[in-house]
Amino acid sequence: MAYIELRQVTKRFGSVTAVDRLDLEIAKGECVAMLGPSGCGKTTTLRMVAGFDDLDDGEIRVGGKLLSSKRENLYLPPENRNFGMVFQAFAVWPHLSVFENVAFPLRVRKLPRAEIGARTEEALKHTNLLSAANGSPDDLSGGGKQRVALARALAIRPDVMLLDEPLSSLDPHFREEMRFEIKDLQHRFGFSILYVTHDQSEAMALSDRILVMRAGVVQQIGTPLEVYGSPENRFVFEFIGLSCFLHSGLTESGMQIAGITYPWPNSIAPPPGLLANGTGLLAARPTEINFVSEHGIRGKVLRKAYLGETIDYRIRVGDAEVRVQKTRHVPGPAVGDNCGLEFACPHWYPAD
Amino acid sequence: MANVRIEGVAKQYAGRKILSGLSLELNDGECFTLLGPSGCGKTVLLRLIAGFETPDSGSIAIGGEVVANAATGHMLPPDKRGLGVVFQDYAVWPHMNVFDNISYPLKLAGTAAKSLRERTLRAVDLVGLSGLDARLPSQLSGGQQQRVALARALVSEPRLLLLDEPLNNLDANLREEMRFEIKALQRQLGITILYVTHDQEIALAIADRIAVMDANGALRQIGVPEALYEKPADDFVFRFLGIASFLPVRRDGEALYIGGSSAKWVGQAPDIPDARLAAGFRPSDVMLARGGEGLPGIVRRASFLGAQVDYLIDIAGTLIRAALPSHECLARNLLFVEGDHCLARIASVQWFAGDILAAEKV
Amino acid sequence: MNARAQSRFGTPELLFGLSVAVLVIVVGVPMLLIFFNAFWVDGHFNVADVITVLRHPETYKALLNSLILSVGVTITGTIVGTFFAWLVTRTDLPFKKTMKLLFLVPFMLPAFIGALAWKMLLSPRAGYINRVFMDVFGFDGPVFNIYTYAGIILVETMYLFPFVFIQVSGALERMDPTLEESARISGADLFTITRKITIPLVMPSILSGSLLIMLYSMAHFGTVAVLGVETGIYNIPTLIYEKIHQSAGSFASIRTATVLATVLVITAALILWLQNRILSKGRYQIIAGKSFRPTELKLRGLRIPLLLLCIAYIGFTIVLPTTTIFLVGGLKTYGLPFTAENMTWSNYNHILFEWDLTRGAIWNSISLGLSAALITMFAGVVISYVIVKMKVRGKGILEFLGMLPFSVPGSVIALGVILAWSGKFGINLYNTVWIILVAYIARYMAFSLKANSAALEQVHDSLVEAARASGATMAQALRDIVVPLVRPGMVAAFFLIFLPALRELTVSVLLYGPTTRTIGVAIYTLNEDGETVYSAALAGIALIIIVLGELLIKRLVSGKNGA
Repeated sequence: MAYIELRQVTKRFGSVTAVDRLDLEIAKGECVAMLGPSGCGKTTTLRMVAGFDDLDDGEIRVGGKLLSSKRENLYLPPENRNFGMVFQAFAVWPHLSVFENVAFPLRVRKLPRAEIGARTEEALKHTNLLSAANGSPDDLSGGGKQRVALARALAIRPDVMLLDEPLSSLDPHFREEMRFEIKDLQHRFGFSILYVTHDQSEAMALSDRILVMRAGVVQQIGTPLEVYGSPENRFVFEFIGLSCFLHSGLTESGMQIAGITYPWPNSIAPPPGLLANGTGLLAARPTEINFVSEHGIRGKVLRKAYLGETIDYRIRVGDAEVRVQKTRHVPGPAVGDNCGLEFACPHWYPAD
Repeated sequence: MANVRIEGVAKQYAGRKILSGLSLELNDGECFTLLGPSGCGKTVLLRLIAGFETPDSGSIAIGGEVVANAATGHMLPPDKRGLGVVFQDYAVWPHMNVFDNISYPLKLAGTAAKSLRERTLRAVDLVGLSGLDARLPSQLSGGQQQRVALARALVSEPRLLLLDEPLNNLDANLREEMRFEIKALQRQLGITILYVTHDQEIALAIADRIAVMDANGALRQIGVPEALYEKPADDFVFRFLGIASFLPVRRDGEALYIGGSSAKWVGQAPDIPDARLAAGFRPSDVMLARGGEGLPGIVRRASFLGAQVDYLIDIAGTLIRAALPSHECLARNLLFVEGDHCLARIASVQWFAGDILAAEKV
Repeated sequence: MNARAQSRFGTPELLFGLSVAVLVIVVGVPMLLIFFNAFWVDGHFNVADVITVLRHPETYKALLNSLILSVGVTITGTIVGTFFAWLVTRTDLPFKKTMKLLFLVPFMLPAFIGALAWKMLLSPRAGYINRVFMDVFGFDGPVFNIYTYAGIILVETMYLFPFVFIQVSGALERMDPTLEESARISGADLFTITRKITIPLVMPSILSGSLLIMLYSMAHFGTVAVLGVETGIYNIPTLIYEKIHQSAGSFASIRTATVLATVLVITAALILWLQNRILSKGRYQIIAGKSFRPTELKLRGLRIPLLLLCIAYIGFTIVLPTTTIFLVGGLKTYGLPFTAENMTWSNYNHILFEWDLTRGAIWNSISLGLSAALITMFAGVVISYVIVKMKVRGKGILEFLGMLPFSVPGSVIALGVILAWSGKFGINLYNTVWIILVAYIARYMAFSLKANSAALEQVHDSLVEAARASGATMAQALRDIVVPLVRPGMVAAFFLIFLPALRELTVSVLLYGPTTRTIGVAIYTLNEDGETVYSAALAGIALIIIVLGELLIKRLVSGKNGA
């Protein structure tokens, strides 16, 4: 049973539709990431779930309880929603100690003193902050401040955690560590997470499912594997992971790239829908292209960069540039050589 | 001729020795990268070559001409060394437009107006800023400002180009594009380049030769990128050039075991005689299988990262990292989850003495 | 080895030495002389005499008044400033943007001109408002007597509250909204958030502004001089003035003045030190990143009434006094009702084109302002360069000497300059326009240093190094890179000094002679001599000059930013 339900949620700013009829269901204990470029509407959606903004259409339910609804003109303010939330700039209060920061939501709820103490300490313990409890958050690094924010959100033992780009203000090497800490906390406490980010590797590493958004419209919802391996359209393909594209003419006998026809059986099955159009867009990941001596798509090596672990190639095919990445163990052509490319897992999209 | 000869250079600040007795030679026309962690002294060396600092001891010569000699006190000021410098923060002058920025070196040299205009516009085209020469820096993006800095450094056709981490503040795509352009320019113009950075990826991609400097200002290894990557001189170089995992291996007579366990070492034999060894390898060197021969391991963490799946595997008590291409994992049923047992074979191993693991935490 | 030895005594050291010399002569010597005069009697350190002076009723009454007045102004000014700041940043008050600009206008009005206007309106017998109530509404006595503590506090509050307003509205605007949003999602309602989060976070700004009000009020001459003289309310600056001018420089009165000055300086230094502590310890990093606006409080029914309150306040504090000044300036004789036949342009005419006293005053102020601004601008650039860019030992002395006048009230600087340049070192500038110039330079050097240092700090070393690497010598790099980039800062410094110098009273009132009045002194003395309409007319002209000057700065500054 879905724990968090967003139905046809819509938000407009003047003539611009920031979020367009979004449907999403999140199960208890599931982590869902909303991913997309800046301005795509993911943060707006999160704020509507949090209650900072009301919606122009649709409804939001959590645990069966209606929180926001346009039709019923119902809107529960954020302070009554009992969510834990972590913001991008940490939003940790510098004038309160670490302990007081974490205890704040408990004090506001007027819990008995002993319980406030116990729960705060528990939250601090789970985020490794016990030793810093009496100090100021300003004494901590960015990662430390983020932990304070997490502890504060955990203190009320929420069923839902809302995370707004929580790792983008951190040092790159610290981000990985924090990812795992958040994941561990989720496993331990069992809350659902709705997560906003523009970093696709972060979304893939952390979430059970990803929702890809563009200009307010949902592009695809699926597991990281599904979204990476079977992207529904060109935008999703390009947004997640490295990509390269080739325009191709499509006929019964084969595909035409840069004036050369490559017959079907040897490489790729023709996409049924696009055959009728006569053209299509061949999309592939640079790591899923191989160098072959026969029957490959003909190209010429423009660039070859030794990056240590990988070698990065740019191959000219007609007017286009195809990027190929191989690990350093795999031998490859030199700059200026002619070569043949084999697409191991090609995807087809309509040519626009 | 623009080779650079640095001999026995030392420099200290506020009592702290940054560089001591450093000697290095850059060949004419090569792209040389000085790679090291932040604060190691690589920027100080660049500033010494540029003339912004004076060495406490030693000497520096460019193209056979001595530009700084601590013993004689000879010090050629920066404006007379015939160099181009690109700074980390671009240092593009905000009150001058693109044309004036780039033409400034020629103006100082008293170049005739017609020639100045031609050469400046050529430099503008060279870096791909055609048509933007009337703009002010505030109207340009970071990448465009970087190109202005580059053009300005090249316009007077210097014999030596010094680049101090110029690509740090650019996004990943632009960084790739710019490093390719710098390399292309260098080949086209045949100038000597000294590129200073802490980013090993840029260093490997751009350099003809790399010198790796450690935190104390000492040079650990100098060589071509492939040599440094495939045959590192020591574990510092190995660790600095990329993600590294180590397995402790001990000799017991003829047999090899992992750490203190009874698990046998399976794989490449060590090429050094020590009794206690460390086997170093990269994540992409690890091949996993569900059965067959190999080192027994338990998967502690699995992260799907798109093109790769990243694993943290416990082998006889030591955690190592493995990265497998995701399409291969899918094709050959190698998508492990936490708790799975697996067998690991390591394709290529760098052997080090066991004491490099002394400070390691598992 | 030789490379380093060469620079042991070169240009940097020379410039440093010169800068120290200039600052010592202009700033250091006057200050020292005051302390000496106060504490050094008959060749030895004497505190007992000082205490006697302090215990004299006249003296300690003035000290007490200073305290009462400044504390009163601080409290009311803080409340008013904070209230309006919150209103324009955190509520849905209509026309917020306009209101924000309008609340800054009182800063442009010199407080003593405001005091003059209020005297014309609310003096107990002749004030226009009181007269209306007494004649028309049949009141027995004045509805409000401006010649009281309450009156002085009221008037000073009107023109000093922007100190708090600016700081608090800035802090509230720039504050990261997620600081309050995270409190909301934690379960707190708006009242709790304001109490536990918002106010503590802006408290450093509130306190910082309050302390500035207190400092300014303690050192302020004009309002107390205009409004306090009738009922004998003296504060420290006005008592110093009385001692110097009325007692014609007798030894004892100068002693009293220097003792008072010392007390004033110590208090001022304490206030600034406190402000520094608060700002360095308490100023939190609360600047916003993402661009979501903070939640606005919906005023609902109170929207229009509060807007009217703001408009009324502005009308009261700006429009009413300004109109009064211009109208009274156009009267044939003070006290007449404002009818067409009683109005004339002749006062303005007389002041601007006929009367030497006022024409001289206008000329003096303009030329003093220009010279002081130019000299401090250039000196400031050089000294700032030594402080910010040069690596010489002992730079701290320069910084200290340069910033010292910031904490020294105008009266004290004037007094120090009198002691230093009235023949002591063979130079007697007293009663000349030069002594005022020297005082202005001492007073405003700190402003120039601040503006120029800020501009210089923007000129990163790498910009100069890039020029060197391009083939420029140090001199060429300075000419082509540093100077053009510092020019805006220099221009800003110029106007930061020219305008305040033009309208100031506190310093020149202690230093003027028969032919060396400034505009402020002329307005003040005309009023003292009973020439109320002329005083008002000159004040009106001064206001026009000030407003034009402010507009000119805004055009120039925004023009430079646009480029």
